Amino acid sequence: MSGIPHDHYEPKTGAEKWLHERLPIVGLVYDTIMIPTPKNLNWWWIWGIVLAFCLVLQIVTGIVLVMHYTPHVDLAFASVEHIMRDVNGGYMLRYMHANGASLFFFAVYIHIFRGLYYGSYKAPREVTWIIGMVIYLAMMGTAFMGYVLPWGQMSFWGATVITGLFGAIPGIGPDIQAWLLGGPAVDNATLNRFFSLHYLLPFVIAALVGLHIWAFHTTGNNNPTGVDVRRGSKAEAEKDTLPFWPYFVIKDLFALVLVLAIFFAVVGFMPNYLGHPDNYIEANPLATPAHIVPEWYFLPFYAILRAFTADVWAVILVNKLTFGIVDAKFFGVIAMFGAIIAMALAPWLDTSKVRSGQFRPMFKWWFWLLAIDFVVLMWVGAMPTDGIYPYISLIGATYWFAYFFVLLPLLGVIEKPLPMPATIEEDFNNHYGTKAE
Amino acid sequence: MKKLLISAVSALVLGSGAAFAAGSEGHVENLDFSFENPFGTFDQQQLRRGFQVYREVCSACHGLKFVPLRSLADEGGPQMDADWVRAYAAELDEVYDPETDESRPRKETDMFPTRKGEGMGPDLSLMAKARAGFHGPYGTGISQLVNGIGGPEYIYSVLTGYTGEEVEMAGSYFYENHTFPGGLISMPAPLSEELVEYEDGTEASVHQMAEDVSAFLMWTAEPKMMARKQWGFVGVLLLGLLTTLLYLTNKRIWAPHKGKH
Repeated sequence: MSGIPHDHYEPKTGAEKWLHERLPIVGLVYDTIMIPTPKNLNWWWIWGIVLAFCLVLQIVTGIVLVMHYTPHVDLAFASVEHIMRDVNGGYMLRYMHANGASLFFFAVYIHIFRGLYYGSYKAPREVTWIIGMVIYLAMMGTAFMGYVLPWGQMSFWGATVITGLFGAIPGIGPDIQAWLLGGPAVDNATLNRFFSLHYLLPFVIAALVGLHIWAFHTTGNNNPTGVDVRRGSKAEAEKDTLPFWPYFVIKDLFALVLVLAIFFAVVGFMPNYLGHPDNYIEANPLATPAHIVPEWYFLPFYAILRAFTADVWAVILVNKLTFGIVDAKFFGVIAMFGAIIAMALAPWLDTSKVRSGQFRPMFKWWFWLLAIDFVVLMWVGAMPTDGIYPYISLIGATYWFAYFFVLLPLLGVIEKPLPMPATIEEDFNNHYGTKAE
Repeated sequence: MKKLLISAVSALVLGSGAAFAAGSEGHVENLDFSFENPFGTFDQQQLRRGFQVYREVCSACHGLKFVPLRSLADEGGPQMDADWVRAYAAELDEVYDPETDESRPRKETDMFPTRKGEGMGPDLSLMAKARAGFHGPYGTGISQLVNGIGGPEYIYSVLTGYTGEEVEMAGSYFYENHTFPGGLISMPAPLSEELVEYEDGTEASVHQMAEDVSAFLMWTAEPKMMARKQWGFVGVLLLGLLTTLLYLTNKRIWAPHKGKH
């Protein structure tokens, strides 16, 4: 499977041989666990394990929560309170599930930005990157629908606002929105289908994660230098790599457990920190909350959605050019999805021959500006839409697109890369002051 | 290791993106409740006093429809005597039983009564979690780790925030309150000095009653808070221990490859 030469599983006993000839599953697990991994991976490479753990955590806690939850507009909110009060350990299950979503997104954002900095999206890992983006989209859908299930005020009004985005599509928008909702407005039909899909999508994500891992096990991991593992012979490859077990399993577990200690502190001591107080008020279609704010992990894209108001010249221009078909609202929707598509296109927009940002003196600065931009957009996404905030959103959103569509293609042409180590072994030895073996 | 710490710390920074758009709430006073911070616990005497205020004053217009009566006897709460709770339940409004299609006396396994209709106020079961009094520092909300989210403080501040002015609008009376959003509330000041006679002899000042009932409503909103914090401690402690062991293991298995024998 992997292009990096390494030892494969050899069945030894009779029973092992018997099974191996019929189903080589032990070999598959062995090759996966023992995969040669670049030995210079740094701490930014631990978030994949955290993500895998999050998926399992969410599925396990979710399945138990479903045993006590009732997906009906009259009963959902009360059933969540039943979980919080009467189910043994129910309050922990629910708080772990709710905060687990936040940990999931926190980890995925670091994971994505790690990929952006070290050029993990570049050839030959484009497919890994694209699958990752699809996983991210599925996560957003799952999280959004999950947030609707407690049927609080933010659940209801969040669902109303977000499904309203589809209503902004010219012509067929209102029909699509009604189809998504199962009726003219958010109601029992909406709650039921969201519940059904919220249960289904995590398993789709699990399958996609399998593909994601398969893809990067085929190409081999990227690493902080972006230099390829030598594949001429097994001896050569072994100078650049160490097997995943035990070296990276233990390293990743250490990091995971540390992250979980922080996670438990949040769940135990401030479980509602990342939630919104309004969601402890039962959904009421007749009372709109003063501020409808999405969960923190949607805020950067929510800010991009709101950035393009009707007075922005680009919006006016597009509006005129399309004879009024594309209005500000639809423009915002296109921008929001476009911001994610821009990320997905990174492998083809980046013209640089050098993979890792470490050796790209100009790129580095623009990358960190993008990371800051992301945090600024997250902050401004929670702010009201008056005063200086719309300008900040607009600048932030513009930079997001400029980074992908202007800077990435341009930098590769004008930038002079720094000297790179010839091999991963050299990089590793330089770092630890060790000599080549 | 350093980078790991950086990425862990940035968790908190990123979290601050959740800084809620601060509402147009008025002044919320900061009180030192016994249940704040990771070590805080409910004060049983205070919960009993607060329950007395709820039962004698608030319950006339506000229900607690998500709170089972039996939980009054639970450990960590007001911990009323189970027989007392049974007798108390029987005194409350009857409940409709869909099986017999008739009303029957309320039992301790039922919820507190619901209050609906003209002149009745919102349900108070979750009020202490449905309002946030504090958003600091700098809108990050991080202070809630030691200070709480400010829900009980909000309730306290509303109860003690009346200026005494009243306004008539479209035939209804509104009362000026410098905590309630918008400044006008339709509930007249519910508390006055010595309105209840505390069973434990505490002097029933307006401030005392407001503080006690706010604490009680924190309990109705989050009855399992103490058990949850316990989980937090056990979790952090055991995971901390495991982190240390894994750190040492990791250091050891990598040492030969990093030239550290």
